Amino acid sequence: MADLRPPVESGIPDATPYMHPTMVKNYGKWVYHNHPKAGVLYHRAENGDEIWTVKAGTQRQMDGYTIRKLADIADEFADGFVRFTTRSNIEYMVTDGKKVEPLIKALFDNGFPVGGTANSVSMIAHTQGWLHCDIPGTDASGVVKALMDELYDEFINCEMPNRVKLSTSCCEINCGGQADIAIIVQHTKPPKINHDLVANVCERPSVVARCPVAAIRPALVNGKPSLEVDEKKCICCGACYPPCPPMQINDPEHSKIAIWVGGKNSNARSRPTFHKLVAAGLPNNVPRWPEVGEVVKKILNVYKADARPWERMADWIDRIGWPGFFEKTGLPFTKYHIDDWKGHRRTLNASAHIRF
Amino acid sequence: MAKKMHETPLLDQLESGPWPSFVTGLKRLAKDNDMSVDLMGQLEASYRTRKGYWKGGTVGVFGYGGGVIPRFTELKENEKPVYPDAAEFHTLRVQPPAGMHYSSKLLRDLCTVWDKYGSGLVAFHGQSGDIMFQGCTTANVQPAFDEFNEMGFDLGGAGPALRTSMSCVGAARCEMSCYDEAKAMRTVINNNLDDMHRPALPYKFKFKFSGCPNDCVNAIQRSDMATIGTWRDNIQVNEKIAKEYMASHGMDKLMTDVVGLCPTKALSVKKISDVSKDEGISSVAVNDTHALQIENHNCVRCMHCLNVMPGALLPGKDRGVSIMVGGKGVLKIGATMGTMVIPFMKLDNDDDFEKLNELARNILDFFAENALEHERTGEMIDRIGLVNFLDGIGLEVDPNMILEPRNNPYVRMDGWDEEVEKWDERQAG
Repeated sequence: MADLRPPVESGIPDATPYMHPTMVKNYGKWVYHNHPKAGVLYHRAENGDEIWTVKAGTQRQMDGYTIRKLADIADEFADGFVRFTTRSNIEYMVTDGKKVEPLIKALFDNGFPVGGTANSVSMIAHTQGWLHCDIPGTDASGVVKALMDELYDEFINCEMPNRVKLSTSCCEINCGGQADIAIIVQHTKPPKINHDLVANVCERPSVVARCPVAAIRPALVNGKPSLEVDEKKCICCGACYPPCPPMQINDPEHSKIAIWVGGKNSNARSRPTFHKLVAAGLPNNVPRWPEVGEVVKKILNVYKADARPWERMADWIDRIGWPGFFEKTGLPFTKYHIDDWKGHRRTLNASAHIRF
Repeated sequence: MAKKMHETPLLDQLESGPWPSFVTGLKRLAKDNDMSVDLMGQLEASYRTRKGYWKGGTVGVFGYGGGVIPRFTELKENEKPVYPDAAEFHTLRVQPPAGMHYSSKLLRDLCTVWDKYGSGLVAFHGQSGDIMFQGCTTANVQPAFDEFNEMGFDLGGAGPALRTSMSCVGAARCEMSCYDEAKAMRTVINNNLDDMHRPALPYKFKFKFSGCPNDCVNAIQRSDMATIGTWRDNIQVNEKIAKEYMASHGMDKLMTDVVGLCPTKALSVKKISDVSKDEGISSVAVNDTHALQIENHNCVRCMHCLNVMPGALLPGKDRGVSIMVGGKGVLKIGATMGTMVIPFMKLDNDDDFEKLNELARNILDFFAENALEHERTGEMIDRIGLVNFLDGIGLEVDPNMILEPRNNPYVRMDGWDEEVEKWDERQAG
C-alpha cells in the first residue's frame, strides 16, 4: 500500500484564478444589465465597468478537439476566460463592445450557435442515456441533437413570449429535471424478470421496499428464491430495475416517450411549478425521434402564438386553462391525464369555473 | 492511428443538421483512440436494438468510497465483450470551480490529462454540476485522479452521499445577487467532504445555491437544502434607468408587463404628487408626471418586476438568504418542492457563513440519523411532518412556512396554551 497516494480533499476549487478579471474586480458590484441581441448580455458595474457576454450552444459531450477549439476562441477574442451555464451553454466575456461581433462570427463559423438568452429556447438539459447510464430507456445526446437541430432557429432568435427551458430524461427518475417542456421515457409494461439471476444479484428486501405501490413480493420461482410482481398493481415506473437489473423494465417497443409541460423553478410571478403530463405513447424512434419533435414543435408554436409577453409555459396555461391548452394544441385528453397518485384531489377542479 | 471504425449508419445520421454533433466529436476521438472506436460500436448497437448495455460495479480511488461511476459492458458473445476496448468505460466526477468559470489554459490542461488516461470525452457538466470525464479503464482511474487532484481538483459525489453542488453565476456577473453564492457553497461543501467521499448517508443529499428567487440553478426542485438569496428592506430604484424603460416601452407596457403581472398587486402607477410617503413604499418616477409605486410589505420577492426593468429596480440593501428543505426528483413518492424553513438569515460576515455551515451540518446529521434507507429528506419530512423536522433541527415555526393553516381538526391540541406562550415570547423577544 506504500505507493498509493492519499487524496488531497480539496473540494470545490476557488474560481477566482479562472474568472474573467473584470468579473473578479466587480464581484458583487453589478447594478445593471440589458439584452442587446439574441445570445448577448450586457452588464454594468457600479463603477461604470462594462462586460458583454456572448452565449453559445455546445453538444455537452465534447471531444478534446471541440474543447480546445472553444479555448482557442477564448484566447483570440475573449481574454482567455469562459464559463459554462447549467444548460451546457458556454459564455465568453469581453470588456470591449467592438469584440462582440467578431466573437459571434468566430463561434458561428466554428459551428457553435450563438443564442440561448432571454426569450429564446435554450439548450436542452440532458442526461447520459445509452452512452453511459446503466438503466436508460433511450439515448440522451442523440435526442437532444435531433431536437436542437429542429429548434435551432428558436435558439438563435428570441421570439418566444418568455424563456423556454427543455429537458430530456431516459427513464422516469427524470434526472433531466423539471422544465417548460420535458421529454421523458415512460414504460408501459411491467418488468420482465430473469428468475435465474435475482437471488444472486438483488438484495430482495431492498427491492421490495423500493416499489412505490407495493407490487413486489418475495417468491420461490422454479425452486429458486426470486421476486414476483403483481402486474395489476404495477405502475411500470422502473424503480425496481436499478437495485435489481434482472427485473428488466426497458423494452424496445413498450418503453415509450411522454411529454410534460409547465415546470418552472423561478419564483417570478407564480410560485415554482412541476411539469404536467400532456402527451405519451410516442415511439422511441432512433436516430432522430421525429414523433417527439413534432409534438414539441406543436406545443411551442401554439405557446409562441398565444402566450402574452413574459408568460412562461405555466403562466400561459394558468391563464387559458387546461381545456384551452388541449384545444389549442389539438393534443388528445385521456383518462391518464387525471392524476390518481397521493394528494391527487387537489388537482381536480373543485369549483364551477368552466371556460367555453 | 486507432483500429478500424465500426459501421455506424444510425449514429451517422446525427452528424447532419446545424446543432453541434457529439457523433462528429466521437469520430474525431476514434481516429486515434481504440476505446472511442468501440464505444461507438456499442452505442450503435444500442441504437440498433434500442437497449442499454452498461452495468455498474465497484471502482474507486485510494482513500475514497465514491466519485467514480463504474461502467462495464454487458454486450458479450460467448462471455467475451463484443467491443473489448470499451469493456470498461468508467466516469470520473470532478467538482468544477465554483460558478463553472474556466481559463482556456485550465480547459487545455484538463484535456491533456484526459487524453492521456481516458477516452478524451468530457461533459461540461452533469446534472449535479460535475465535470464528467467519461471513458476510463479501471487501471487508469487512479493515475487520472492523481493528476487532476494535483491540479487542485477533487472528486464529486456519487451514491448515498453528499453530492456535488452548484451555485449560479451570481455576484460574479449579476445585479440580482443577494449574497456571495460561491463562498456559501464552498463553505458548506468543503466543510462536509467526508460525507461526499465516504458514502454513508441513507441516500443522496444535495445542496444548491441561487443568488435570488429567479433560482437559476434550480435549487428549490433539485436540492435537499436550497439556499436562495432575498432581501428584507425596500426594493432599490434608479430613476434614470426607469425613465429609459418608460421612454422605450411606454405606459401600456409598464401597466401590462410590469404592474399587471405582479402576483400580489404590490405595484401601482401614481401621479408623482400622489405617491405614498409611508415606510415600506419605494417609488420611482417614470416620466415627469407619473411614478411606479411599490408596497414592499406585500412584495413576495418573486423577481418579476426586477427582471422586466433591470437596473431600474434592484434588490434592497438588507440582503440575505431563505432556506428551503426537501426538494427532490420522482423516486419514490413523486417529485417534491423544497419548502421554506428559514425565511431570512444574513450572510455577510464569516460568522454568518459559519452559521449556515452549522445549519447544513445539523440538517445532514438529522437526515443521517432519521431517514430510512433510500429515503430523501423530502420523503422523510413527508413521513414525519414538518413540525417534527423543525423540532429536530431546533427551528421555530413561522407562518411563512405554509400556504394555509390546516383545514381539518384531526390533531391533539392540549399543548395549545404553551405554544401560544412560546409565540408570544418570540414576538416580544
